[in-house]
Amino acid sequence: MALKERDEFSGQVTTGHEWNGIKELNTPVPRLVWAFLGTMALFAVVWTILMPSWPGINGYFRGLLGADQHQSVELTLAQAAADQARWTERLVNEDLATLQADADIMAVVRQASSSLFIDNCAACHGVEATGNPGYPNIAEAPMMWGGDADTIAETIRVGINATHPETRFAQMLAFGRDQMLAGAEVTLLADYVASISHGPALPTEQRLAAEELFANNCAGCHGETAKGMVETGAPDLTDEYWTYAGDHAAIRRSIYNGRQGTMPAWEGRLSTAQIRMLALYVLDLRSATP
Amino acid sequence: MLADFTRGERTTASIILGALLVVGLAMAIVGRNDLIGIHGWVVCAAALAGIVTILRQFDLPEPTPERYSEYYDAPTRLGLILTLAWGVVGMAAGVWVAALLAWPDLTFDVAWLSFGRLRPIHTSGVIFGFGGNALIATSFHVLQRTTRARLPDAISPWFVLLGYNLFCVIAASGYLMGLTQSKEYAEPEWYADIWLVVVWVVYFAIYMRTLARRKESHIYVANWYYMAFILVVAILHIVNNLAVPVSLGSAKSYSLFAGVQDAMTQWWYGHNAVAFFLTAGFLGMMYYYLPKRAGRPIFSYRMSIISFWGITFMYMWAGSHHLHYTALPHWVQTLGMAFSIVLLVPSWASAGNALLTLNGAWHKVRDDAVLRFMALAAIFYGITTFEGSFMAIRAVNSLSHYTDWTIGHVHAGALGWVAMITFGSLYSLVPSMFKRERIYSQRLVEVHFWLALSGTVVYVFAMWNSGVIQGLMWRTYDETGTLSYSFIESLVAMHPYYIARAFGGLLFLLGALTALYNVIMTIRMPARGAALGAEGDLPATPALQAGE
Repeated sequence: MALKERDEFSGQVTTGHEWNGIKELNTPVPRLVWAFLGTMALFAVVWTILMPSWPGINGYFRGLLGADQHQSVELTLAQAAADQARWTERLVNEDLATLQADADIMAVVRQASSSLFIDNCAACHGVEATGNPGYPNIAEAPMMWGGDADTIAETIRVGINATHPETRFAQMLAFGRDQMLAGAEVTLLADYVASISHGPALPTEQRLAAEELFANNCAGCHGETAKGMVETGAPDLTDEYWTYAGDHAAIRRSIYNGRQGTMPAWEGRLSTAQIRMLALYVLDLRSATP
Repeated sequence: MLADFTRGERTTASIILGALLVVGLAMAIVGRNDLIGIHGWVVCAAALAGIVTILRQFDLPEPTPERYSEYYDAPTRLGLILTLAWGVVGMAAGVWVAALLAWPDLTFDVAWLSFGRLRPIHTSGVIFGFGGNALIATSFHVLQRTTRARLPDAISPWFVLLGYNLFCVIAASGYLMGLTQSKEYAEPEWYADIWLVVVWVVYFAIYMRTLARRKESHIYVANWYYMAFILVVAILHIVNNLAVPVSLGSAKSYSLFAGVQDAMTQWWYGHNAVAFFLTAGFLGMMYYYLPKRAGRPIFSYRMSIISFWGITFMYMWAGSHHLHYTALPHWVQTLGMAFSIVLLVPSWASAGNALLTLNGAWHKVRDDAVLRFMALAAIFYGITTFEGSFMAIRAVNSLSHYTDWTIGHVHAGALGWVAMITFGSLYSLVPSMFKRERIYSQRLVEVHFWLALSGTVVYVFAMWNSGVIQGLMWRTYDETGTLSYSFIESLVAMHPYYIARAFGGLLFLLGALTALYNVIMTIRMPARGAALGAEGDLPATPALQAGE
């Protein structure tokens, strides 16, 4: 065993051990370290006395402060609900048309709905609510199921083709794939729909044939003038808005393969106040858009 | 490698590899309709490569008894190279996934290029590949020097090193194929876990057998830490990975634990993986290479003792601070927080012991980038452990949890502490292990130091900022009593920090590449003269050992 020796620099004595040249000083643990340990240990002990901590056989020590994380969550939620009550109660109980005319409540709606809309609706409809391929523009386009506040709130509540028992249901049949129409007829209808929306007018003979096809197959949902029907949730085919793109190929694809878009039902996930607030928010966005 | 094996050992090694080949074939055949089958072929390939290597060199002359007059360093040499190789792979994967977070389109719609599969390649690559190989390589070196005993036999160190790397390869390739048991840092499936247990038991046995033959009466502190690392990691690994496979031919398994018990077991494991893999093991490294390089005695043996027992005892209870405000009972959270706070004391005592050891050698820290790596590591260790205890306080955790602050904290530890102490130890070890005069370029070590430091600082500050902003945006309410920000707005706010983080990681990766180049060039330098030999670096009483 190596001898204990005094380190010149620190003045401390080594322990007398040496491992491949490494020695250790026998410096006492500084008082500061003991004080630090004592302080932290004291804090830990006091904390475990105040808070729920040590386990026993049939339970655990509840702590002198009686803290409980489940209770505190419930209290916080109740407090939050109370803070919001001044406007949530009005949203639930008053007529939406009245609320829409009330500048105070609409100021709250604008402030409180923005993040609610972005968190829940923007994934499909976009942050500006102007839609994405496959999801309609709800800031500008005519609403397929009706555009008054109560109808919009109902659409949000039950969804479209959703799992809610009262959900709105709509399906555009796959006229080509399911062989209800021949390929040439599908193409003719696509030509026709493009022409009434934005395309060049069809020669008279073709137009007449297409109108007959349209009346027999499409008018039941889209209406005789192709302006759409809120009763069936079928869109206006004559305007400039397209959920699934309006070029000829896309229109033909829709007629050939059919369409059945889905919007989830929000009842149970959002509160009634939140649903009604979102309806007002969407209407507000629409009124702000020229 | 084979030149160190006797004929008998060559035969034994062949038998072990033959058994491994049989296991691999069984996996490949029974699991032919499952991804485990592919891993069966990986095992077969590894076993065959080993068998071919042995057979080709089977008739080499047997080693002379003179080998007992030197330490057994061949496994350490390969371990050091593997450390750097895994480091580059793991850090490159890290830079790539950091870029994915800033520019998600880089996934290119390819399944194996997705964030979920590449992220564990990064975490396992750096923790187990880089960190694990560094620990194995340095522990073999330190163990022999501080006991003055040669490793107990020729085969088992190779078995541990190569077997461990086989585990790493199976883990990483499994992630790419989508194999995971979805436990953070314990992703590999059951068969890889069983293999690691076998490797680990042999590893611990090497330690015990060498210590039993030590020629120093006292066991040096570094070995306490290395042993705590090996022993506790074995316990953690076995308990957290208890699972029932769907069948022997299926890679999928189901954990023995469910619900909140599963979460608690996982974070008992996760936190102590940080404690015993990323802290205890690397403290062992620090306790040897730092005083050795500084040429100073350890500041206080007594501080070493209270730090060691403080760390090993206190860490075990702290895991529940990962589950604040969850379904975990409140009382478990309180205990986790209380122990985490006391834990700061032994952690700082360790960091302080390291830094005070440098008293009398600070001029060396100024001049020598290798020692500076180690000094900086001790400083980052102090910073990170303070941050960890701070974040374990419930009220602080309510802000920091689930945010990038956690990522910043982890990287302050992983880059600033674990990687810095590893690079410092590696630079001081490579010349003597490969019998070279010096490292190829001290200038490049200096370049690496500044790349590593700036990369760490950029990374950590980016994540601190991002994390606190994120946490505040998630909890800000306006006067209507509703949330002020949507989730996507918090993502937009984080975007610039994500770019900064990828840049910081890139700097750190460039540093690791510099190290790899420097080490390769060192190995390619001419060996130092025999006169310079392994002066003072020899085991005790070789004659005794030869007879054993």
